[in-house]
Amino acid sequence: MSAATPPALTRKDFQTDQDVRWCPGCGDYSILAAIQKTFPELGIPREKFAIVSGIGCSSRFPYYMNTYGFHTIHGRPFPVATGLKAAQPDLHVWVVTGDGDALSIGGNHLMHTLRRNVDLRILLFNNRIYGLTKGQYSPTSELGKKTRSTPSGSIDPPVHPIRFALGCGATFIARSIDREPKHMVEVFHRAAKHRGSAFVELYQNCNIFNDGAFQLFTEKDTKAHHVLPLAHGEPLVFGREHEYAVVHEGFQLRVVKSADVGDDRIVRHDEHGPLAYLHALTELEDDPDHPVSAIGVLRAVDAPVWDELLHAQVESAIERQGPGDLQALLTGTDTWTV
Amino acid sequence: MDLPKRGALPSPESQTMHDIRREPAPPEIRDSLIIRFAGDSGDGMQLTGSRFTETAALAGNDVATFPDFPAEIRAPAGTIAGVSGFQLHFAGRDITTPGDRPDVLVAMNPAALRKNLADLPAGATIMVDDGQFTARNLQRAGFPGNPLEDGTLDQWKVIPVPLAKLASDATEEIAELTPRERERTRNFFALGLTFWMYTHSPEPTAAWIRRKFGEDSALGRANLQALQKGYDYGVTTEVFAHRVEVPRAELPQGTWRNITGNLATAYGFAAAAQLAERPLVFGSYPITPASDILHTLSRLKNFNVRTIQAEDEIAAICAAIGAAWGGAIGITSSSGPGIALKGEAMGLALMVELPLIVINVQRGGPSTGLPTKTEQSDLLQAIHGRHGESPMAVLAPSGPGDAFEMAIEAVRIATKYMTPVLFLSDGYIANSSEPWQIPDVSTLPSLAVPTAAEGEEPFLPYARDPDTLARPWATPGTPGLEHRVGGLEKADGTGHISYDPANHEHMVALREDKIRRIAQDIPPLEVHGETDADTLVIGWGSTRGAIHGACERLRRSGHRIAHAHLRHLNPLPANTGETLARYRRVLVPELNRGQLSRILRSEFLVPAVSLSQVRGLPFRVTELAERIAHALEDA
Repeated sequence: MSAATPPALTRKDFQTDQDVRWCPGCGDYSILAAIQKTFPELGIPREKFAIVSGIGCSSRFPYYMNTYGFHTIHGRPFPVATGLKAAQPDLHVWVVTGDGDALSIGGNHLMHTLRRNVDLRILLFNNRIYGLTKGQYSPTSELGKKTRSTPSGSIDPPVHPIRFALGCGATFIARSIDREPKHMVEVFHRAAKHRGSAFVELYQNCNIFNDGAFQLFTEKDTKAHHVLPLAHGEPLVFGREHEYAVVHEGFQLRVVKSADVGDDRIVRHDEHGPLAYLHALTELEDDPDHPVSAIGVLRAVDAPVWDELLHAQVESAIERQGPGDLQALLTGTDTWTV
Repeated sequence: MDLPKRGALPSPESQTMHDIRREPAPPEIRDSLIIRFAGDSGDGMQLTGSRFTETAALAGNDVATFPDFPAEIRAPAGTIAGVSGFQLHFAGRDITTPGDRPDVLVAMNPAALRKNLADLPAGATIMVDDGQFTARNLQRAGFPGNPLEDGTLDQWKVIPVPLAKLASDATEEIAELTPRERERTRNFFALGLTFWMYTHSPEPTAAWIRRKFGEDSALGRANLQALQKGYDYGVTTEVFAHRVEVPRAELPQGTWRNITGNLATAYGFAAAAQLAERPLVFGSYPITPASDILHTLSRLKNFNVRTIQAEDEIAAICAAIGAAWGGAIGITSSSGPGIALKGEAMGLALMVELPLIVINVQRGGPSTGLPTKTEQSDLLQAIHGRHGESPMAVLAPSGPGDAFEMAIEAVRIATKYMTPVLFLSDGYIANSSEPWQIPDVSTLPSLAVPTAAEGEEPFLPYARDPDTLARPWATPGTPGLEHRVGGLEKADGTGHISYDPANHEHMVALREDKIRRIAQDIPPLEVHGETDADTLVIGWGSTRGAIHGACERLRRSGHRIAHAHLRHLNPLPANTGETLARYRRVLVPELNRGQLSRILRSEFLVPAVSLSQVRGLPFRVTELAERIAHALEDA
């Protein structure tokens, strides 16, 4: 009798019987749908998935996925997921977090998780607002933003998730948008295959407290002018007719009309490129006259993976010294007998 | 280990390093002796004290130690603030404390002398490095004149020995070392000399130096040479003709070693994980006085121990929680300040009902407080220090060796009841040492608990064992058991989020009941001494030795008194209330402001009287005995 192939999983296998309780129109729905489309395509048994979240609207995610799930406490999904990988290296662990969870209360943990390169997929739902607590400004809210807790405007300059990840030496950095389901699925596939920490920022619209935060990048009539899709090795061109291109200018990148430059001057995207290049790519967002946001995989490099090193040290100690002999350990070297 | 017989001269063929040139007078036999080594933080006093302790233990003495050092790594040399001390009590009988006042003080400089003088009873012996009594050092120590010359020390027996000079001379041939480096071997010179004075062999320390420094290294040779010459100095110098021998103690039959509380704690948890047949994942952030547990476990990788030095205290406990969810024995360790930071995560662990061990090696608080000093002031924090109704099991070892047993007990309770357990050690248990009878590993209990497996019915993550109320331990990776856990209130059984008022009340009561049921599964409280006396002295944790000693002392002077000691603090043993009710007077000595006494009063309505001390130091037996005697005088 040949080994039975387990039946292929479908989207339905990852849905739970729980009512999804996000506000109607929330960007989280489309992200959930994209994950439920991606997971069955990964060829991984369902029991091997674990989703760990913190606190916030996005962190309700595990309740809506029929996998192992842990809704932890505010800011702490990263160390919980790290401990899980220390116990069970074979699990495919996804962390779902938000801009407050990951960059405010949990900023320290995100920094250390990324620099260690723990084998986790980290989805940061960035809506630039505190939704669950009803509308205070978040660490990614723009300077001057008026919210319930900043009636005179926020005086805190925002943290930029991708620049933060670059600073931590993240080995995989990507961005996608809740309104681009196909693109999200592509990015999730790439993230799933990465060894180490795969950091994905998702522009996510909060239609209740911060509606339209990303509308330049999502609306039909503007997005082509403002979104720069990345593909490794391909020239940085965008616009409906590829009418824009990106070129080097000193230490920066600059958007120019494609017609004005030769093909040889157009920068080609390099996922293994220098950090300064990737940083410059994010600075295209800062042009007040023509902000441009890059989406896709910005960085994907190979580096030692924390949990693999952890388990390798244990295995090598067992190989070298043999499995621990408890009696010998307790006895030690200096004993006497009565 | 093959040791030369106590007090006997080695034969000429002996491979030991003795070089005996004359027949010494027979030593005076003493029942017990207390030595305190004191010097600058950099003088190696902890090491010197530890080596003497090991040697006395190997020679069959009962030993109890009290290391006492400043929080500063290197306070300015020669100042009172920088003095580090190590007191040890070795005896030919069963002892339970490091002793109150030293019979012998070895002082490496004037500051060490001045800081410890008040503790010395009249007639005690003081060995000082008189070469260090320079005008500058005397001024730093705050002596107006030279106490070696002005009569300050008349009530004590002073032995001046120029330790630094003798050590330097002894190691002159080791050309690789600078004169300054050679002088730094003076702690080994002093150790060799004290071995001679108290008829102990230098050989175990010589073997230790060879292991630690290597026989051929310059430092190894210098230390060996200083140790030997110190011993020889005793042999050849008339002033040390009077020697003292403390005979072997009558310890129970078995194989013994010396062990500190932190080491016993680390070994206990490593053993418990083996007995549970699960990996140990240890998340910790360095903090005094708990860090040695992390250091020890990080070297036990071949025991399938995985240590994580986390970015902070919160990450450390969260990693342990994640590991527990993943089926490992998840443990975190800290001291008071770190435990405060872990509070929210402890609440998560008890809400998701996962086994988790939280080790608190208590120190003087609040805030940064007294990092290197001992205190028992986190008891109420351990029992109540989380938001919401959040009961957790709390245990406390009563001494260094007991930490091993209680570590295993902590894992037993955590995994059997699926609950976090708080393990309350303290700085005194952590760093002090005592002889420990090495357990036969084959007699240790199995702690294996089943991991849930796929069944016919839909899996309920919050189904309950009818006896323990434990929920199943279902680990990610197991087919068919996919489920969600989280910090939100949940419906029993399914684990679905529930805001239903009646459900919340039910769940709060259930989590409380689960902890209460542990009381039926732990040993009853035992009473020692005159169990029918009308006074019970009851304590918990590291004060066991001092309370026992004080009660013994009072009984010798005719008082009738009973002693009980709690190792389980939440829940308390089932017979605690009826035990307390049998006594007219209940006295509760504690190194805090009366935390256990409050619990006993509120739980059992007994007029418990607190005997409180918060000086960062353990109780002294004589002082505690006086306070108990004083309390007995009150009606």
